Amino acid sequence: MFDNAILSAAAENVKEMSIGDAAVTAIFGYAVVFAGLVILMILLYCTGAYFKSKDAKAKAAADAAKAAAQKEAPAQPETKAEAPLAPGSAGHVKLFDVPDKEAAMIMAIVADKMQKPLNELHFISIKEVK
Amino acid sequence: MDILETLKTLWTDSGFQSFFVDGGWKNLIMIFISCVLLYLGIKKKFEPLLLVGIAFGCLLVNLSYFGADSTDALYHLDLWDNFLDHDHPDYHSYGAIMRNGGLLDILYIGVKAGIYPSLIFMGVGAMTDFGPLISNPKSLLLGAAAQMGVFLAFFGAVCLGFTGNEAASIGIIGGADGPTAIFLTTRLAPHLLGPIAIAAYSYMALIPMIQPPLMKLLTTKKEREVKMEQTRVVSKTEKIIFPVIVAMFVILLLPSTAPLVGCLMLGNLWRECGVTERLSDTVQNALMNIVTVFLGISVGATTAAERFLSLETIKIIVLGLTAFCFSTVGGLLVGKIMYKLSGGKINPLIGSAGVSAVPMAARVSQMEGQKANPSNFLLMHAMGPNVAGVIGSAIAAGFLLAVFK
Repeated sequence: MFDNAILSAAAENVKEMSIGDAAVTAIFGYAVVFAGLVILMILLYCTGAYFKSKDAKAKAAADAAKAAAQKEAPAQPETKAEAPLAPGSAGHVKLFDVPDKEAAMIMAIVADKMQKPLNELHFISIKEVK
Repeated sequence: MDILETLKTLWTDSGFQSFFVDGGWKNLIMIFISCVLLYLGIKKKFEPLLLVGIAFGCLLVNLSYFGADSTDALYHLDLWDNFLDHDHPDYHSYGAIMRNGGLLDILYIGVKAGIYPSLIFMGVGAMTDFGPLISNPKSLLLGAAAQMGVFLAFFGAVCLGFTGNEAASIGIIGGADGPTAIFLTTRLAPHLLGPIAIAAYSYMALIPMIQPPLMKLLTTKKEREVKMEQTRVVSKTEKIIFPVIVAMFVILLLPSTAPLVGCLMLGNLWRECGVTERLSDTVQNALMNIVTVFLGISVGATTAAERFLSLETIKIIVLGLTAFCFSTVGGLLVGKIMYKLSGGKINPLIGSAGVSAVPMAARVSQMEGQKANPSNFLLMHAMGPNVAGVIGSAIAAGFLLAVFK
């Protein structure tokens, strides 16, 4: 039914189009857009799942290799060296319920609002107000 | 030399005299409208990169074209009428346009052949990070939902007496995508290009005013306050594969979308592949700017008073606004459904970003979300539906083109 309506609409497109044909064309068109994007969504989920599993396997392999290396190496006192500070850094910021990325964004916004370079500001802590 | 006769000739040849014959007064109205558009572009900063060019193109054509006798005009409506007339010897003859046309006629060939909109899409692709969409493919549903206005406006246009081709061109304004609207209109209803392009770009500029009332009307404060979880990090390989998959799938589904989707995805591939930085930079900046210059001025040239000042233009302006509003509503409604289904994890405000005005619509979602909850950062979440809207409007245009071409 849809096909006939669409074909007749196409045949007489340059002339007047009946309201019924227009309604069918509009509904069918909206459905085509949805169908196209839903299929694309499924494709993206499939590729995403493939890459996630690939990443997970690579991580597991890396962890296994690390564990094996630790087992083979003589036991050493655990001295967890801290990562070196970035040049110009004034130390660490204490974050309370704030992910790193959001903290970085907040610091950038504050620097922008204050119109001061980020490396001239010292953030002590960032806490989410609930 | 007969000074009096010379003065008389100068007067009859001048544009000033043309204002007083036939419908010359209409040109005066269009000159006023072009000044208003210049004001909106320059002072109010409404899409200035395009609106200033469109407004000046409008000014130029209405200063020089006063009917078929205007041989010195920059743009000739009559030449393009002949170009479209099956029975005329100059039917589809770009040679006739090159021989007899003015500067804007020649620039307009790029619009007519669909070159400028496709090149603009290439630039958009090179400027767009599809990461938020790849990390959250559900965004595509919002991009699809926000095409509701396209089809409702199409239906409304048919009800108001437009032909199928014209209605399709009017409906696509709801896609909030200027290049797509121009691309489709030049193919289906070239005589409506002026009002459709002006409506599309004006409403895109007015998104910060059109969308917020609808967003507040359709969502509760609790829904607007929702903070969304951070999405996963997308690998470089995924970003490289994405344009290839989309191009293959969408072009096979609707071959008529090939110029738009092909260019969009090629631009994006240049951006993401990491070995064509020079090309990506050129497409994003130099090429985009050059095409914007040609596109703006030649679209403006189609607003000759003889055609633009009509009841149809007013209908198109009203239908365009309706299309925009319903596209926003469509996105918000599916956003609300996703809010319910996800147990309140998705903020429905990102649905309105499904209209493809990138990145303006996503910014509006961010602003409204932050008004409801100052610690809310919706921008990256809204970019997913926003870029999905670009693909959605290209598919909608491809469908309409397949049905009506």
